[in-house]
Amino acid sequence: MTPSTSVSGSRRGGYRWLGFLLRRTGRMLVAMWVIITVAFLVLRMAGGDPVRSALGATADESVVQARREMLGLNDPLIVQYFDYLAGLFRGDLGVSIITGRSVTELVSHRLPATLELAGIAFLVVLLVAVPVGLGIAIITQGNGRRGVETVFTGVTAFIAAIPEYLLGVVLVIVFAITLHAFPVAGRTGPASYLLPVIALSVSAAASISRIARIEALQTLKDDYVRTARSKRLPAWMVYFRHALPNMLTATLTIGGTLLGAMIAGSVLVEQVFNWPGLGMAFVGAITTKDYGIVQGLALVYAAIILVVNLLVDLVLSLLDRRTSLLETS
Amino acid sequence: MTTRRSALSRQPMAIIAVCMLGVLVLLAVFAPVVWGDKAVAADPDSIALPLSAEHLLGTDKLGRDILLRTLVATRLSLVMAIAATLIGACIGLLLGAMPAVFGARAQRWFASVVSTWLAFPVLLVAMLTVVLLGPGATTAVVALALTMTPSFARLAQTLSSRVGGSEFLAAARMLGVSRRRQFTRYVLPNIAEPVIVNVTTSIGGGLLALSSLSFLGVGVQPPDFDWGRLLSEGFGEVYNSPVAAIGPGVTVVFAGLAFSMLGESLAAHLRNREHGKALSPRRLGPAPVAERPAETPSATATDCAETIVPLLEVDGLSVSFPGPDGWIRPVQDVSFRIAPGEIVGVVGESGSGKSVTMMSVAQLAPAGAAVTARRLRFDGEDLTGLTPAAAGKVLGTRVGVVFQDSLTALNPALRVGTQLAEIPRVHGAVGRRQAHEMAVRALDDVQIPDAAHRAQQFPHEFSGGMRQRALIAMSQIGSPSLIIADEPTTALDVTVQRRVLALLRRECAESGAAAIVVSHDVAVLAELCQRVLVMYAGRVVEDVDIALLATPERLAHPYTRALTASLPDLDTDRTTPLVTIPGEPPDLSRPITGCAFAARCAFATELCRTETPVPVPHRHGGRVACWHPQDAIAPDTTPGREEVGA
Repeated sequence: MTPSTSVSGSRRGGYRWLGFLLRRTGRMLVAMWVIITVAFLVLRMAGGDPVRSALGATADESVVQARREMLGLNDPLIVQYFDYLAGLFRGDLGVSIITGRSVTELVSHRLPATLELAGIAFLVVLLVAVPVGLGIAIITQGNGRRGVETVFTGVTAFIAAIPEYLLGVVLVIVFAITLHAFPVAGRTGPASYLLPVIALSVSAAASISRIARIEALQTLKDDYVRTARSKRLPAWMVYFRHALPNMLTATLTIGGTLLGAMIAGSVLVEQVFNWPGLGMAFVGAITTKDYGIVQGLALVYAAIILVVNLLVDLVLSLLDRRTSLLETS
Repeated sequence: MTTRRSALSRQPMAIIAVCMLGVLVLLAVFAPVVWGDKAVAADPDSIALPLSAEHLLGTDKLGRDILLRTLVATRLSLVMAIAATLIGACIGLLLGAMPAVFGARAQRWFASVVSTWLAFPVLLVAMLTVVLLGPGATTAVVALALTMTPSFARLAQTLSSRVGGSEFLAAARMLGVSRRRQFTRYVLPNIAEPVIVNVTTSIGGGLLALSSLSFLGVGVQPPDFDWGRLLSEGFGEVYNSPVAAIGPGVTVVFAGLAFSMLGESLAAHLRNREHGKALSPRRLGPAPVAERPAETPSATATDCAETIVPLLEVDGLSVSFPGPDGWIRPVQDVSFRIAPGEIVGVVGESGSGKSVTMMSVAQLAPAGAAVTARRLRFDGEDLTGLTPAAAGKVLGTRVGVVFQDSLTALNPALRVGTQLAEIPRVHGAVGRRQAHEMAVRALDDVQIPDAAHRAQQFPHEFSGGMRQRALIAMSQIGSPSLIIADEPTTALDVTVQRRVLALLRRECAESGAAAIVVSHDVAVLAELCQRVLVMYAGRVVEDVDIALLATPERLAHPYTRALTASLPDLDTDRTTPLVTIPGEPPDLSRPITGCAFAARCAFATELCRTETPVPVPHRHGGRVACWHPQDAIAPDTTPGREEVGA
């Protein structure tokens, strides 16, 4: 913070940012490698013969042996491991033990549905929770309107305690079965998105709006908000232009893992609404003990979550002009 | 202990949560004993019945009553959630406490592992555990414990570093407190409470997560059943009997809510005990106002030449904040006037109410503050009784404010130029480009080099002195007739201070604006001001010409004298200790009777302790609020004073 920070400062900031990016990416790759190895070992160490348990006790021994040979399960463990890694580099996520079909193909068919669902729900959460949190904070600042505060905390605590799948079930019962208002299941056009998105976003929106309110209360006490008031700007300008961007960074920092959690939540919601995404395939593979698919999909989920977290961190570090994130990581 | 319990029991949320938990515990203990057999016995005569008086939630495919099954499932659902949380908490806390032993490097490494681990949602970890161990209740518990471990590890890490590095522990160690006692008396209580709060909330979250796993079919397996399992069975029959899914769902939400509410009220309770939560204004009653009737002499005080209409006239201004035990009154019955073009200083210790007074005058008091005044006029317009928003609108850009800490006073997310330009943009109805040009010119005016380029930068790219100058430019851009500068130089180096003061003086001289400069530094005020208001404990105690500060023997109030005497200068004798004012400023959350300075004043009498002096005109040309002014040989000869004092 010397007076001469103008040019050299921003360049140094650029280098620091690059270092941050590299460090974060490196950490993500290490985490990914650990997960790949764990997934590999889990499949090989799961009790008994995975092929036998997948194909069932009645399957012919020669079929089982052929499938084992095809999967390379008869090779030494270390050879299997490197084959597996090499396959991953080629984008080969393995095959289904039962059908022998490519998991990569499965993912390419089903990933878009899951990403759409989680992405839209995430946007809905932010668009609802942040303004609500800010609005309630404006009303309840300075210890005023304790009643509003109590009602808000009570209602959001209640909503946050409703798991996604339960809300999904209720929505199905109310809107699809009783009112016949919306499609019950499947991905069949814009209307079919409504219920799954609501199921996935409502309880997250409740928790995030509580975080947003706390952050907004803090932001509204900040000096620059008083400065903005001293300029006698219209209220919307004080709140949206001066308070909002600053509370957003803080809210996202805390709610950063939200998107990852929503991707996991989509597994349940897909189940309730018969949504043709990765989650349905994942749960199906677990119940049919198709560990080939389980392994591949677990990696995809892990990769999505790691990438999402990396992106959130990067966006935050860009948003946060005080660059405090660079120091802490 | 009793006060703590009674404080907790005053929270309605805590009472409700405890009652809900009581119901759950009773069910968990007795339901399997009473209804256990009926809940699992198949009854071919009552298969898949809809709801009726006999079966409130209907029956399932095997003819078992769903309500009974739901109640019986309470035990397994609760036990699983509690077990998973306790396992996760134990492992996590142990893991988290360990790196502290191994030093900073291990801690950093561990923190990064934990944050990556934390990113993985319960479900995914659970699924992989299921693959490894096969589905079942134990698997679900292990999986949940695994996902809870990192958050407890992080908690332990923050707590151990907070407590381990704390001053009270260092003090205990220095006093030779035994290791055992250090742990039981200082470490454990500080760690135990946050851990208990976290465990409680985690059990609630765990209940929901476990029910999700069972719902997906990877948790509890038949013939065992928990709420999630019942929900998924009910959902399978949703077209026949919707209530079959609703029943178990209600209990899941009920239990999850009970734990999270209890955790939250515990956390809120801990927070309040640490900081003291302010009472709501309704419970406090109306904010106190100045007791003095309006006709007292001070209202007609001749602090600025009477022939001139004052630019600002403040009479009987009081500010109160809601506190934990009642109203806190940082400002009481403050009256003063500012003539057009006059530069007035306000001086006092921190907590004397000088900043709060001026921020209230500028209608910028923090939310929740109750500001009252008998009379508040600015530039011929009456602001008395207006809301801060309405009064702010009247003031418009006629009052410019220079804030104390330039780093926090500028918005970190907006370019400096934008923050300046929005004033003419909103108030001057000029275009975007023109407003920007005005901003650049204003920055140039305060000697910011390369203003056009600087206007595009963010505050953190400015140096401290430049930011302060940018703030001055911001206060100037609306051509105000009054500038309020709140400790404008406190955060700056001495060399930069001089520049900023010179700039302020020049700006006032050029624009003819009046200024109020708040500072705790008499030397700063002496450079700028013509007159100074001395504040103590929320009141103006003396209002004098600045020149008098150089001749302390002509000052009337003992506090002002002490304040000027405590300032060292080049002539101060270095061999004697610096003069300090003995005692502490009073606690403003309690009503003060008499003169607030009496407890620290060498001249205080019984009168000072019972009657509050108000500022009255004094022979030195200003005003003083003191029963025993010290500038004369015989202090009590002033006629008006004798009357009151007798």
